[in-house]
Amino acid sequence: MVDAEMNQVLGISLPALLGQLMLGLVNGCFYAMLSLGLAIIFGMLNIINFAHGALYMMGAVFTWIALTQFGISYWWSLLLVPLLIALFGVAIERSMLRRLHKLNNLYGLLLTFGVALVLEGLFRHRYGVSGLPYSIPDAFAGAFNLGFMFLPKYRAWVIAASMLTCFASWFVIERTPMGAYLRAATENPKLVQTFGINVPVMISITYAVGVGLAGLAGVLAAPATQISPLMGSHLIIVVFAVVVIGGMGSIFGSVVTGLALGLVEGLTKVFYSQASNTVVFLIMGLVLLVRPTGLFGKEK
Amino acid sequence: MRLRMAGYGLLVAMGLIAPFVVYPIFLMQALCFALFACAFNLLLGYTGLLSFGHAAFFGAAAYATGYAVKTIGLGPAAGILTGTVAAVVLGSVIGVLVIRRQGIYFAMITLALAQLVYFFFLQSSFTGGEDGLQGIPRGHFLWVINLADDRKLYYVVLAIFLFGFVLIDRTIHSPFGQVLKAIRENESRALSLGYDIDKYKLQAFVISAALSGLAGATYAIVFTFVTLSSADWHTSGDVVLMTLLGGMGTVFGPVVGAFAVVTLQSKLADKVGPLVTVITGGMFIVCVLVFRNGIVGEAAGLYHRVVGRRVDP
Amino acid sequence: MKRKLISTVIASLLLLIAVGAAAQTKGGGGKVSDGVVKIGVITDLSGLYSDLSGQGSIIAAQMAVADFGGKVLGAPIEIVSADHQNKADVAANKAREWFDTQAVDVIVDGVNSGAGLAVSKVANEKHRVFIDSGAGSTRFTNEDCNPYTIHYVYDTYATGSATGKAVVQHGGKTWFFITADYAFGKSLQQDTTTAITAVGGKVLGAALAPLNTPDFSSYLLQAQGSGAQVIGLANAGGDTINSVKAASEFGINKKQTLAGLLVFITDIHALGLPVTQGMYVASGFYWDMNDETRTWSKAFLAKTKKMPTMVQAGVYSSTLEYLRAVQAAGTDDADAVMKKLKSMKLNDVFVKNGYIRADGRMVHDFYLFQVKSPAESKAPWDYYKLLATVPGDQAFQPLSLSRCPMIKK
Repeated sequence: MVDAEMNQVLGISLPALLGQLMLGLVNGCFYAMLSLGLAIIFGMLNIINFAHGALYMMGAVFTWIALTQFGISYWWSLLLVPLLIALFGVAIERSMLRRLHKLNNLYGLLLTFGVALVLEGLFRHRYGVSGLPYSIPDAFAGAFNLGFMFLPKYRAWVIAASMLTCFASWFVIERTPMGAYLRAATENPKLVQTFGINVPVMISITYAVGVGLAGLAGVLAAPATQISPLMGSHLIIVVFAVVVIGGMGSIFGSVVTGLALGLVEGLTKVFYSQASNTVVFLIMGLVLLVRPTGLFGKEK
Repeated sequence: MRLRMAGYGLLVAMGLIAPFVVYPIFLMQALCFALFACAFNLLLGYTGLLSFGHAAFFGAAAYATGYAVKTIGLGPAAGILTGTVAAVVLGSVIGVLVIRRQGIYFAMITLALAQLVYFFFLQSSFTGGEDGLQGIPRGHFLWVINLADDRKLYYVVLAIFLFGFVLIDRTIHSPFGQVLKAIRENESRALSLGYDIDKYKLQAFVISAALSGLAGATYAIVFTFVTLSSADWHTSGDVVLMTLLGGMGTVFGPVVGAFAVVTLQSKLADKVGPLVTVITGGMFIVCVLVFRNGIVGEAAGLYHRVVGRRVDP
Repeated sequence: MKRKLISTVIASLLLLIAVGAAAQTKGGGGKVSDGVVKIGVITDLSGLYSDLSGQGSIIAAQMAVADFGGKVLGAPIEIVSADHQNKADVAANKAREWFDTQAVDVIVDGVNSGAGLAVSKVANEKHRVFIDSGAGSTRFTNEDCNPYTIHYVYDTYATGSATGKAVVQHGGKTWFFITADYAFGKSLQQDTTTAITAVGGKVLGAALAPLNTPDFSSYLLQAQGSGAQVIGLANAGGDTINSVKAASEFGINKKQTLAGLLVFITDIHALGLPVTQGMYVASGFYWDMNDETRTWSKAFLAKTKKMPTMVQAGVYSSTLEYLRAVQAAGTDDADAVMKKLKSMKLNDVFVKNGYIRADGRMVHDFYLFQVKSPAESKAPWDYYKLLATVPGDQAFQPLSLSRCPMIKK
């Protein structure tokens, strides 16, 4: 079964190519947002948050619950759900992660792995895996007919919203005093504590922000993809690969890599769709051979 | 020393009578995972390296064995050997790529490379993809023992397990093993003493991969069936849990952990379905927070407090 | 101190559990247990096929046992069930364990062709009966046929050809497939291709999607790019639902027709009539066909809150007919029961004058429906209008074309 279009060199029909690139860009936005959250948590707290995928999933499921049980609209969910997830994250951090601070950070990895399994299992038990329906909010129904391709309005919104969020996060962390405190507190907690800054609170805030980003990604994902308890575990390993490629401490690196990878995946789907799952890991292997700390990373 | 001998004796004795009391297939499943966990523990408990992608070796060996026995027509012994060799090759390749990384990076990279292996299996036709490699004949072990009989197969599997187990035990208690422990404790100090730590780590990695492969190869013969779940990262997670729960850095720990986890998962799967994942996750959390020494580790500690003598389990 | 206490308690508890659990699993010899007839339901309880089979299948089996009278040949009847999680090895291992240690006599449902084929092999090895109502691959009655397996309700030949032919005859000549990448999907694509090319259709291309794909948009874009008139969905359950949803999001269903090659009433219910109206559905059962089906289905609805799919009705029927065969044969020995099943005429709410062929295929009438528009539907679950009845001997692959090694030619 050969796709008749595929045999032309760059003559893949323009709509097909652009359509896949656009989808790839949207996926890339999710990769970027999720790896941004992971990079913040890792870069500043030295914790690998395996539960990130599960928290993203929770964001999407909570959005669905908000609509179906409480009648809360999508717009309010955009505000409320990330806050809820952030609070949940703070609870995890204070009750469990905090006790592991002094230990090898591999224990933190194992703990968050356990949390991910618990969350995934609970939601799977409650909701099955067939997926929960969430329709696109009316403001975004339909698509822009650009002539050479259809661009669903909702996907355009996702691109815009995630780019805005990534830029805002980067700005806050790198360019504002609050961000400076956060960075200082996590780089040298003891010293910063002596300045009278409440370091444990800073740490909690950092974790909350990282996790809140995952929740926000979940809200954005709810109308676009199938909301299923497994949606996090599908993504999490790819996001890890993105963070490794981008450089594990680098916020800028993970955003750029996330977007780039989404585009590369989209292109791969056009030319050789069987490889689209593996291309991320292939790139990761190559990057590791050439630049072990990742493209933008600094060794910790 | 006497305690160790007693421990060995207990293990062998239980192993010999077990199939008359307990369903042999269940025992063999537990033994395969016990070997897998022991091999994994060599890397985690004794060298201090957490690999999150060990299922790649287990799965690769299982598929290689399945293919060798079903399609090429080798006997089970040759098939298992083939599987183990496949794991050695894969272990060497991946080992070379990852060995210079440490800690979290090492874990993440092994996870991602294992995913690469997983997707390779998903796409390959020889693995049967989602359907799996079915109908692997059990054959006659060394031309004599008919493996279609579950009980005979069990004793062969027990022998393979004991072989692997003794190998690991000897490795741990050899000079080579001492260096590994030194690396686990303080890598820079070991380096400053003149040891080529990369070489030692790589060797430990390959041995661990090889024995994980042996476990996977045996698994293929026992279940006559290999699917993608043997190379899935959930399986990698399972073996981490078995080692953690049983006791990292103890010889008998992973065996206990493997039996515990396999029992829990098979008994609970019927009753609670997807909650098995929740319980597995819960076990991780509890172990990491309050139970880091694992069952055997805590038992040894208890023995030390009660009897006053230190043991090395 | 407290930490040590907790750890010790946990350690002891775990050891106790391990010992206790080990002690319960008695070694098995594989004897059919006299005194109890045990029916095992292996199904997908929490995955993408759980709505069309799952818990509903278990309830259907229970209803069959109750309607039969709860006892056969003086022995009680028990039902056990398990979730194979859409994993073939889990299904096979469960089947093996059931046959070896729990004296299960027959396994039913078996949704997911990979899992079903695996169980079929185990049943053959252990000489026990397996009646599959849930899976679709034609391999059950061709390459992988065996004397202990019955393929009861549908297969990809029946649904694919009926739907495919209907679509081509209504003008959909060029096709692009989106196929679930495993035994069932490929089987469905192959059988549909054979059927449509026979009536003048043409296949322009196909995209293989992994089972449980969360996002079909990129495959649908490929389909859109091919310019085919029809996008054939060679998948089922959750996958079909997601494909249709994504297609409607991208406006693809405005220019191209979506053909669901295996669609269940639960899928229509999940998607709603506005999106699915006009779709062709080939099915072996519909609740609103006659008074008998209506009565039984409403009883099913009361227990499960959903109308039965053909799979669930098939589980009811196969369980009932199995018990009748045991009664008639005077024993639950697999060989005797299989012989009886293959010589009986089957009559119940699901099948009229059905029979089981030498290759294990249960032959019964198939129906072609079309999904009603929202205006035409008068009540919940009133989704189909009957277009045609396909007699059994035409619906399924003729025995003469069978690749089953058991058939002497």
